[in-house]
Amino acid sequence: MQTGFKNLINGNTINISNFEMLKYKRMMKFLTQFGRYFLLLKKVFSKPEKPVIYYKQTLREFVYLGLNSIGIIAIISFFMGAVITLQTAYNTENPIYPKYLIGLGCRDSMILEFSSTIAALILAGKVGSSIASEIGTMRVTEQIDALEIMGVNSASYLILPKMIATLLFNPILTLIAIIIGIFGGWIAGTLAGVITSENFIYGIQYAFIPYYITYSLIKTVFFAFIITSVSAYQGYFVEGGSLEVGRASTKAVVYSSVLILLFNVILTQILLS
Amino acid sequence: MIRVKNLNKSFNGKAVLENISVTFETGKTNLIIGRSGSGKTVLLKSIVGLHEIESGEVWYEDTLFNKLNFAGKKVIRSEMGMLFQGSALFDSLTVEQNVLFPLDMFTDRSQEEKIERVNFCLKRVDIINANNLFPSELSGGMKKRVAIARAIALNPKYLFCDEPNSGLDPITAILIDALIKELTEEYSMTTIVNTHDMNSVMEIGEKIIFISDGIKCWEGNKNDILNSDCGTLNDFVFANSLAKKLRTVSK
Repeated sequence: MQTGFKNLINGNTINISNFEMLKYKRMMKFLTQFGRYFLLLKKVFSKPEKPVIYYKQTLREFVYLGLNSIGIIAIISFFMGAVITLQTAYNTENPIYPKYLIGLGCRDSMILEFSSTIAALILAGKVGSSIASEIGTMRVTEQIDALEIMGVNSASYLILPKMIATLLFNPILTLIAIIIGIFGGWIAGTLAGVITSENFIYGIQYAFIPYYITYSLIKTVFFAFIITSVSAYQGYFVEGGSLEVGRASTKAVVYSSVLILLFNVILTQILLS
Repeated sequence: MIRVKNLNKSFNGKAVLENISVTFETGKTNLIIGRSGSGKTVLLKSIVGLHEIESGEVWYEDTLFNKLNFAGKKVIRSEMGMLFQGSALFDSLTVEQNVLFPLDMFTDRSQEEKIERVNFCLKRVDIINANNLFPSELSGGMKKRVAIARAIALNPKYLFCDEPNSGLDPITAILIDALIKELTEEYSMTTIVNTHDMNSVMEIGEKIIFISDGIKCWEGNKNDILNSDCGTLNDFVFANSLAKKLRTVSK
């Protein structure tokens, strides 16, 4: 089936199939959203009206988005460290492999992937959905309009403090995840009797490459930016009511997670090659 | 004074406002009335710049508002106060912090002076001993009054109210109307109120425009609204049975 479609360049009507029309519309939608995302970022990074107010907001976000995430990160890291240790132990029972490799495996898994990528995916669920629903609710209840009417740059006022808080605090969460994960591995390994305490401690010190920590922290900063900006974007442009806020929250988590996984591959190639 | 000239606005190609021209006078309560979905809120939001308009002009005194950049609009917006349909109080802030917000953001007054101003505004709208309550702990009428207090905190020249008494009982609605009229006269503001409440029209309508399907159909005041020749306006004004009976009796 053909559809009459006006050529934007010369104004002539051209016939294209419905499938092509759909593809065109999807591409236009994607480009529109892409452009709107960068325009939002431009607004976010414009000069704050009153820095002291932003400072107070940032401190508040440190608590809501940072300190309040320590619990979930600590619990998950502990158990992930424990499971990694036990899995490594049960899958390397060959006497050729020295026992301290279990500690080494736990350390590297925690530093290279878990503390940055998996923790970021968890934070995309917790922090991302919280940001999207908070900003989305403010949008549908006209609180953002109220800020705009007062002459406040609502994008900057609402998003910049969250971004600063996560960019500064997520690396701390990463370090906490590494420490607690390795601790969990040590506890599980020694309690289950799959490795001695001495072997585990030797393993976590063996062939240690400090750059891995830097690599992990760099990834964390990128992921923090993705989580905050994508979630804030989804919330900021919500239209409708509570149902749409819920959908925006879900989209925030899904898109952030996919982008985190994509950038994990890109950053790993760039930073470790 | 706010002047709107040939304002047009559409959403996704569908015209919502067509060629609206009107002047809103200073020191008066100007009303925009019409049925739900007639374009009242879009007009109000276009006037304050929350919606970009397709064509036309919005003048605040001698300044063409809709052509200003963000910084230029910010200057005019520092003279605006707005009461939203759902009050739009900040959920995470207390009553006191809500009213304090514009003062914190745009003034360099001392904390004592700001708190004094907050208490003055809250007292002016009859909110007493509620400074530390959160919006979720307030009734609908109280929320509206706190929103008015926030709107007047910076002594605005222009006050915009989007359906200020929707969802309120008749007595509270009358109180809110009276408060808006008093404040308008007291501070000599240019006030624009969106409403479809005929009681408000008859109480505070010093200047009224009637909108139907995005077109301005009638302009006048509360004294001549009952004797209009405009059919759509008459359908709106005499929609309920009480108004119909009153018209029959008066005839």
